[in-house]
Amino acid sequence: MGRLKAAARPVLLLAWKDLLLELRSKETVTTVPVFALLVLVIFNFALDLSAARAADLAPGVLWVAFAFAGVLALNRAFFAEKERGSLEGLLMLPVSRDTIYFGKLLGGLAFMLAVEAVLVPVFAVMLNIRILSWELALTVALATVGFATLATLFSALLVHTRSREALLPLLFFPVVAPVVIGAVQATTSAVQGAGAGRWLAFLALYDAIFLIICPWLFGHLLEE
Amino acid sequence: MERTGPSRAPWRASSGTATGARGWMWREGLLVLTGLMVLADLYLVFMWVPTDATLGIVQRIFYFHVPLAWVAFLAFFLVFLGSVIHLVRGSRRWDRLAQSAAEVGVLFTTLVLVTGAIWARPVWGVWWTWDPRLTTTLILWFIYAGYLMVRAYSPSPAQGARYAAALGIVGFVDVPIVYFSVQWWRAIHPAPVVGPASEPGSLAPAMLITLVFSLVTFTLFFVVLLKERLALKATEEALGEARELARRSTTDTRSSR
Repeated sequence: MGRLKAAARPVLLLAWKDLLLELRSKETVTTVPVFALLVLVIFNFALDLSAARAADLAPGVLWVAFAFAGVLALNRAFFAEKERGSLEGLLMLPVSRDTIYFGKLLGGLAFMLAVEAVLVPVFAVMLNIRILSWELALTVALATVGFATLATLFSALLVHTRSREALLPLLFFPVVAPVVIGAVQATTSAVQGAGAGRWLAFLALYDAIFLIICPWLFGHLLEE
Repeated sequence: MERTGPSRAPWRASSGTATGARGWMWREGLLVLTGLMVLADLYLVFMWVPTDATLGIVQRIFYFHVPLAWVAFLAFFLVFLGSVIHLVRGSRRWDRLAQSAAEVGVLFTTLVLVTGAIWARPVWGVWWTWDPRLTTTLILWFIYAGYLMVRAYSPSPAQGARYAAALGIVGFVDVPIVYFSVQWWRAIHPAPVVGPASEPGSLAPAMLITLVFSLVTFTLFFVVLLKERLALKATEEALGEARELARRSTTDTRSSR
């Protein structure tokens, strides 16, 4: 128990550092929700989001908005460190690579979940869908873990490359396509009250696979 | 044509590219054999094999489409294998294999998509449908095109190799998940109306022979392309190192003056 606590402490500290920086600078906390709402507005022009059809279209609109907004927020994990010139310092910390990875993951995850806690009710009001089900809450949580797990790895992967801001979504979206499918299907089932069990299990399985692979790859990425 | 380099260059010893007359014979022999096989394959596909009774002449594209898809999957498996070994052991040889296989794989996947669309138009009535196999192939194309881009945009070849290897592993693990998720998704939604022969259950013997011959031919063709690309890559790296050496020696002389 004591060892677990000792391992968790630096992870929590790293995550807290990122959240504190965000709270002070308010860089992404303002842009991400506004961007997500903007996606909703653009969908309103592209699709007929009237109340009658909203229940069919809402899950897709919701997750496209979250995926676009999420990639905007989550790719900051290492890009921001590089811009501040603090990447070398971070990598020289006397902690394991796993600690850095999970610290970054936890920070991004906490940020995204906080933003989504505000956005889901707003979307529910604007799209006329029923919320407040544990299934929807679980869908949001599992899908966000899937997004963040891969986005954290890809942020590290691209931190030194040219035109990284453009390259990240290009690499990220094909790989997280199953999360988008799973989240949309689970949300559809949850909104219609049809039982989202098997899609939730699918999302959980996806999360488990990449929670094992991504930290392992991360350990091999940033060696200098 | 002889490939001899300075013996102190480490990549030479381990690169496995042809050295000397025997290697040269092997390489040219493979090239000639593949060329003859391609000619024979074209004869089988366009002259020898009977036309399909229900699908008509367009069915012949199947003898290119299926082997191309098989080779693309083989290539992406090699990318995965090379990526894992490169990340674990830091071996440049395996990284070269992964990169060369990825380039050929992306090319062949493009051809799979194009030949598939040409076939689908007369048979299904559409160029494209979001069937699990088609969707997965398209996503595969995106992942490995990204793999090549990461390399191209990386600051140094060594870093690019590591980043690409990570992507090669994530992508390969992801492909079956993409396939199952799309299949599940389509199983819930009404299935798109697909033409008669999406899955030819039993093949006539002549068709089977042509298909198997085509598979062997394309696999050999893949080996030839891969070998050529590997040799080119080894030469590129040798040239890069030589340039670096030359640049360093000129700066050394300048600074000593």
